[in-house]
Amino acid sequence: MKKTLALALAMMMVAAMTLTGCGGSSSKEERVVNVCSWGEYIDEDLIYQFEDETGIKVNYQTAESTEALYSLLKTGAGDYDVIVPSDYMIGRLIAEDMLAELNYDNIPNYALIDDQYKGLSYDPDNKYTVPYTWGTLGIIYNTTMVDEEITSWDVMFDEKYAGQVLMIRNSRDALAAALLDLGYNINTTDEAQIQEAYELLSTAKNNGVYQAFVMDEVFQKMEGGNAAIAMYYAGDYLTMLENNGDLAYVVPEEGSNWFVDAMCVLKNAQHKEEAEEWINFIAGTDACLANMDYIWYASPNAEALEQYPAYYEETYGEPLDESLYEIMAAPDDVLDRCTLYENLPAETLTLYNDLWTKLGI
Amino acid sequence: MKNKLSRLTIPYVIWMALFVVAPIIMVVIYAFSAADGGFTLANFAKMGTYAVVFTRSFKLALIATLICLLIGYPLAYIMSKEGPRFQRVAMVLIMLPMWMNFLLRTYSWMSILENNGLLNQLFQKIGLIALYNNLFGTDLQFFRMMNTQGAVVLGMVYNYLPFMILPIYSVIIKLDPSLLEAARDLGANTFNVFRRVILPLSLPGVLSGITMVFVPSVSTFAISKMLGGGTELLLGDLIEQQFLGGAYNPYLGAAISLVMMIIVVICMAVMNRFGEGEEQAVMM
Repeated sequence: MKKTLALALAMMMVAAMTLTGCGGSSSKEERVVNVCSWGEYIDEDLIYQFEDETGIKVNYQTAESTEALYSLLKTGAGDYDVIVPSDYMIGRLIAEDMLAELNYDNIPNYALIDDQYKGLSYDPDNKYTVPYTWGTLGIIYNTTMVDEEITSWDVMFDEKYAGQVLMIRNSRDALAAALLDLGYNINTTDEAQIQEAYELLSTAKNNGVYQAFVMDEVFQKMEGGNAAIAMYYAGDYLTMLENNGDLAYVVPEEGSNWFVDAMCVLKNAQHKEEAEEWINFIAGTDACLANMDYIWYASPNAEALEQYPAYYEETYGEPLDESLYEIMAAPDDVLDRCTLYENLPAETLTLYNDLWTKLGI
Repeated sequence: MKNKLSRLTIPYVIWMALFVVAPIIMVVIYAFSAADGGFTLANFAKMGTYAVVFTRSFKLALIATLICLLIGYPLAYIMSKEGPRFQRVAMVLIMLPMWMNFLLRTYSWMSILENNGLLNQLFQKIGLIALYNNLFGTDLQFFRMMNTQGAVVLGMVYNYLPFMILPIYSVIIKLDPSLLEAARDLGANTFNVFRRVILPLSLPGVLSGITMVFVPSVSTFAISKMLGGGTELLLGDLIEQQFLGGAYNPYLGAAISLVMMIIVVICMAVMNRFGEGEEQAVMM
């Protein structure tokens, strides 16, 4: 019996070594790039187009949320080259030394990115990132189920709409809504303010304001008229609008978050060269136009953003509604009241995590 | 003979060591670790806060198991008494939904139970909601079914019912008919045959059915996320949240998993004691 056990242990180690050994040794002949992004966040034709043009095979995977992606990276479950996290997570990944510096000589299309999206707080020296999309966070509501024009975050905590509100299942955004409603900065590290925001959320939850906490389920619920109010992202609102014309979107007057999702390469990436080729391809004007048309998130590529209304008219034979364009690419007066998330210090992140877990109980 | 057999078990031993024992050891290590790698009991100190979640999960899983048993046992019994043709058809009907991924099936329950979903639309059409409003003087637009504990239990029962029916059925169908004849010869009526002979002999099937329904129910997170709306977390949600959700804290997640595993093991041990003397059919 002892012998068996020893043999078993030995074989276990051999197996473990072969398993881990497999990962690194397959890239000699075939060029590959592993991309991890979000669901419904790319025009998939672009992947085939890139493969045809370069002969590089793209392994395209998705994660549920920024936090889920972080977990995957931390646990080593994801073997990715390119990831597309949001601003504050990029700040965190840089701080934890998980991203590789890019060689921008390999990414000439970076020049097309509007200066407005460069040098932002998460990557002040533009060493790690190429922006992919940007947009705003706001309130989506069904005009047939709400008899007022919504302009404030108040509705997310108002008992008047008990059982009709969908809260976002993401600690950063949920607490941001509460912080904004209280008139605080979304990047505050003041524990008392964050506690107060938590109380606001928790009271609303206990009063039955929230029908559910949702991420991707929001589409089915809002499109089907199952809930009246939700907070979500502008680009996704436009997707929902295609299926339910009664929906409206507002960036509340107290302000909101505007975000940039950017492409970065991981420090331990096996295919850095291919990754940069991919990034360059995606940052190009044609790719940005196709993407914008497919996912309804605004592109940081100045040329593409400017050409989009014409592109839309040409593709669909009708002009693009100006108000829709302004929801996708928020004009300056809206952006002025929006703030970018910043990476929070470790203690604040722990507080967020603890409060978020507590909220669920 | 003995030696040969034990050589044959080597692959299984390796498999178990790699994919069962090693992960459990890792869970234990994580559960007692702090974020900086040192030893700590802090993860367990927090457990009291989650007592509500533990109670809620065990309560819902228990209800679901009970309902499965109440539906599953009679069905399995009736099936075993019918002819082979009925049995085949019934078996296909029970298995058929399982050929489709359970996430998709649960997802479709969402569109059935939603406030504006298929059921509510039906109730609206046949005037049930208006009738209810008239009777009780309420002003409902719909019946709230989605995002309730009831919906979560429904999801559990729907998904795990086959795991109750099949083990019970397979035990009953194999009962030696001569035992039943003997019981009748000795003067037992149908009820007594069932109570004194069939029921005790089918207990191993019942026990494994209970295990196979209770354990996945108590740890589910997909069902509660989709049908419960995340306003009332279950253990599975809480654990998932620590690994993949908004709060990244694998140490706490491992500690909660460990406590849950221990409670489940205790439950199973108690149940095994309960069914002692019967065939060892409980799957552990």
